[in-house]
Amino acid sequence: MVTERYIVKGDDFQAAGSASSAMKQMLRGAGVPMEVIRRAAICMYEGEINMVIHARGGEAEVSFDGQEITMKLSDNGSGIENPQLALKEGWSTATDEIRGLGFGAGMGLPNMKRNSDDLTIESVPGKGTTIVMKIKV
Amino acid sequence: MTLSKVKELLGAEILCGESNMEQEILSACGSDMMSDVLAFVKEQSMLLTGLVNPQVMRTAEMMDMRCIVFVRGKRPDQPMLDLAESHGMVVMNTPLRMYPSCGRLYEAGLKGENA
Ligand SMILES: Nc1ncnc2c1ncn2[C@@H]1O[C@H](COP(=O)(O)OP(=O)(O)OP(=O)(O)O)[C@@H](O)[C@H]1O
Ligand SMILES: [Mg+2]
Repeated sequence: MVTERYIVKGDDFQAAGSASSAMKQMLRGAGVPMEVIRRAAICMYEGEINMVIHARGGEAEVSFDGQEITMKLSDNGSGIENPQLALKEGWSTATDEIRGLGFGAGMGLPNMKRNSDDLTIESVPGKGTTIVMKIKV
Repeated sequence: MTLSKVKELLGAEILCGESNMEQEILSACGSDMMSDVLAFVKEQSMLLTGLVNPQVMRTAEMMDMRCIVFVRGKRPDQPMLDLAESHGMVVMNTPLRMYPSCGRLYEAGLKGENA
């Protein structure tokens, strides 16, 4: 069993993705097959970018028990009012500024769902969001 | 198609990864929206884009891409190139715009994923 914690800084778009990059390296070291790592990396990166652009940063905890990768992303941001709606392709509250950076198409959460075997969203408006994704190896 | 051939077809300049130019790539995609690249692209080894920020490098890294081509002469800064280089990626830029860049590669036999 390996577990790693990563801090995702909220005010730093430039540095976003460093947690996902570190996780990729960790999974490679643990001998996880490349196709599985890629799916995990896409999930984690979408979640990390979301924490940066929608939640002023947060924290990620990733563990691998030899059979399953669990990624838990927690933040104290504004929360997601309606998670079912947020999971719909194309639904986004992103600003034009964010779109100018190449994000904000409302594709992230659906993509996280597609690439993971299990995804749960717990969110309290005004308090924060916790997303847990699991991928079988 | 080798990356050397890509460079020749696009009249591109190599910005980093010069020693990896003989790699073969089988398909490519072109987009300025990283959201779309992350959501729709499968098994692509090269990204063409007009967007310049570190998340372009990160997106390519997450998807295990081998090469990024910046169109319209766009030039990433040194920290971005260092990031790409640390993952063994080739980065080039071409004076061409997106449409002719993709067109030349497609015509020479490099298809997209659904071709
Ligand atoms: N951690 C979060 N905290 C608060 N709101 C969030 C969070 N993650 C997602 N959201 C909300 O859910 C919406 C949909 O998220 P999703 O990732 O699918 O799309 P996006 O981030 O807007 O665009 P894309 O992911 O395509 O770049 C966001 O626009 C935002 O309103
Ligand atoms: Mg998103």
